[in-house]
Amino acid sequence: MVLLYAILIGVMFGAAVYLLLRRSIVKLVFGLVLLSQATNLFIFTIGGYEKNNPPLVEKGQLVPTAPYVDPLPQALILTAIVISFGVLAFTMVLMHRAHESIGTDDLHQMRDTDK
Amino acid sequence: MKMLIVSPILIPLVAAILALLLPRRLGKLAGVAGPAALLAASLALLHWVLRDGIQVLQIGNWPAPFGITFVVDIFSAIMVVLTGIIGFALAVYSFHSIEPERFKFGYYSLFNILLMGVAGAFTTGDIFNMYVWFEVLLISSFVLMVLGGERAQIEGAVKYVTLNLLSSTFFLIAVAILYGKLGTLNMADLAVRVSQTYDDTLVKVASLLLLGAFGIKAAIFPLYFWLPASYHTPPAAVSALFAGLLTKVGVYAIIRTFTLIFIWDRTVTHNVILIIAGFTMFFGVIGAVVQFDFRRLLSFHIISQIGYMMMGLGLFTTVAISGSLFHIIHNILAKTNLFLISGFVYHLQGSYALKKLGGLYRRQPLLAFLFIIPAFSLAGIPPLSGFWSKFLLIKAGLQLEGWIIVSIALIVSLLTLYSMTKIWAEVFWKPDPQAKPYSVEKNAKYYSMLMPIIFMAAINALVGLYAEPFLNLTLKAADQLMHPSIYIEAVLGGYLP
Amino acid sequence: MQSHILKIAARHLLLPFTIMSIIILWRGHNQPGGGFIGGLVAASAFILYNVAYGVQDAKKILRLDPRTLIGIGLAIALFSALLSVFLRMPFMTGMWVDVFLPLLGHQHFGTPLLFDTGVYLTVLGVILTVVFTLSEES
Repeated sequence: MVLLYAILIGVMFGAAVYLLLRRSIVKLVFGLVLLSQATNLFIFTIGGYEKNNPPLVEKGQLVPTAPYVDPLPQALILTAIVISFGVLAFTMVLMHRAHESIGTDDLHQMRDTDK
Repeated sequence: MKMLIVSPILIPLVAAILALLLPRRLGKLAGVAGPAALLAASLALLHWVLRDGIQVLQIGNWPAPFGITFVVDIFSAIMVVLTGIIGFALAVYSFHSIEPERFKFGYYSLFNILLMGVAGAFTTGDIFNMYVWFEVLLISSFVLMVLGGERAQIEGAVKYVTLNLLSSTFFLIAVAILYGKLGTLNMADLAVRVSQTYDDTLVKVASLLLLGAFGIKAAIFPLYFWLPASYHTPPAAVSALFAGLLTKVGVYAIIRTFTLIFIWDRTVTHNVILIIAGFTMFFGVIGAVVQFDFRRLLSFHIISQIGYMMMGLGLFTTVAISGSLFHIIHNILAKTNLFLISGFVYHLQGSYALKKLGGLYRRQPLLAFLFIIPAFSLAGIPPLSGFWSKFLLIKAGLQLEGWIIVSIALIVSLLTLYSMTKIWAEVFWKPDPQAKPYSVEKNAKYYSMLMPIIFMAAINALVGLYAEPFLNLTLKAADQLMHPSIYIEAVLGGYLP
Repeated sequence: MQSHILKIAARHLLLPFTIMSIIILWRGHNQPGGGFIGGLVAASAFILYNVAYGVQDAKKILRLDPRTLIGIGLAIALFSALLSVFLRMPFMTGMWVDVFLPLLGHQHFGTPLLFDTGVYLTVLGVILTVVFTLSEES
């Protein structure tokens, strides 16, 4: 199972990098989306993929029933999802504005600030 | 009393909320009062840390390493004080110089949230929490960069946003690897565990990924191309804020992680840092030499100066690191002020192109004098502040017989002087090419822009002319950084894995 | 695009979506849900309304400026974090009270719920700012 996830993550990162290297703004946004998803999956996998009890304390006990899964990677992913959600929402608006004011979705036309 | 540790985060947050909710004029006042209070709180914090040693706050009463910890050592406290100084000066500078349209969109709330993110990154003791603070400051910097929506701003922002998102991804992957391998996110705990497993390949990969992630933010060679493509596009106050603070957050993160956690494999990590430092200095200044736009020239200087900060870390002795810290102090003060001056010149003459400017020495002798202080200090002319940091760095380099890096540092210093005199000659010395008489109204806007420049120049001159206490301060901070066990002991206390 | 079905649906879905979002916020502490998701659900109701009737009407029905919502949300979250400091406990310590409410019975209230409410309003404000900005452009 871990191997499957590893391959999937690799494919996602590969696709994301491919999209980032294209010249179109739309593909750039898709690349960024895919990149953040791949990272989240990576955290999930490397945090320990195992089938155990949920990390919840039953009534009348002080600790969860062992062996229980580590809840932290999921908390990390949740935080990362929320952050990437906000950032990507901003990126969408930015790319929309960029397309409006520059009038093209070709990144090679955006060289005014490099001169 | 413990609340003082998180006050650099809470004060800007309160100011941001007030700036958002209060009516226009009151909101603007809250936007300036926030950074002023931040400066006062940070000075109290620095005093406290110097007197009583490293201070630690466990959020929500969860003991380290299980909860999120905030740690303030001398290095953090110095950085927070600098945040306060910059924040205050720029808030005053923005008061009249930013257009009402931008204020309507929440300029001061974003400004204060940016300060909150920066202060959070400086004080946190948890590596994932540091990622969160990075994102806080990034998102607010994204919006600040595009606020106003001019074409150049949006174009610069596309590059800035893409590269910074990439760097955040690297950061997150590195954090995930560290957690997966070592099972902790607390930096002190990480330091203990890395000392036991530093030979592990994954840990090495994580350390270099972090160097890459922070390197993009700090704009080190060869990851700096986004900086001169974007920093010159927003209004001068915003560029000054980015130039003064944001890259230094990256530098802070590199210094923190590579003096606390990854110190066991120095032939790889710290030699790489030293080589990068040399390239960063050299190519940054070469870029500056050929530029003819005021702010783009200064942008390239940011990169070149980052090299000096990295050089001290690469050499890795107490003297070298204190040189780095001194250079950070000096550079934040001088660089921000140069950007402020460029904005003031724009206000006077309506351009950033060096060819179109001129004649300011005659018309604004005070401004010319104020320019001399940060400019010569940047070039390292004694007895200004840049001289002392370069002196420490070169002394440390000579002690370790690093001839190459020392000679690069000296050559770069000379080229810095050359490009500063270029600005001097073009903007102040040569006659005004527009040659039409104009009069500058000495209104509130004029003084609200001039005062912060005088304030920053005064602090800059003080650090240079009265360097002794500041040298002692950085030496103490460097001494703490060179002995990570003090930090670990302060955070983990009785609990050691 | 004018669609009567969409218009009527958007108008009638506004209330159920909002109630649903508050339920999601409420159950969030021990069950799936929470401020973030609740805020998203509430925002989706206004987005739907925005699609059906246009930005002006959507803004009118929200009444508040979305940026004010962000400010209120942040203020509530900050207050929940500072409450423990006023009671001389470390910053952000979770605190709980049991309250008896008519109809709902005994309920367990705490600072995390208050924090989540702040998150709810902030998320709602942020998303609506983004959506309104985008639809005003085109």
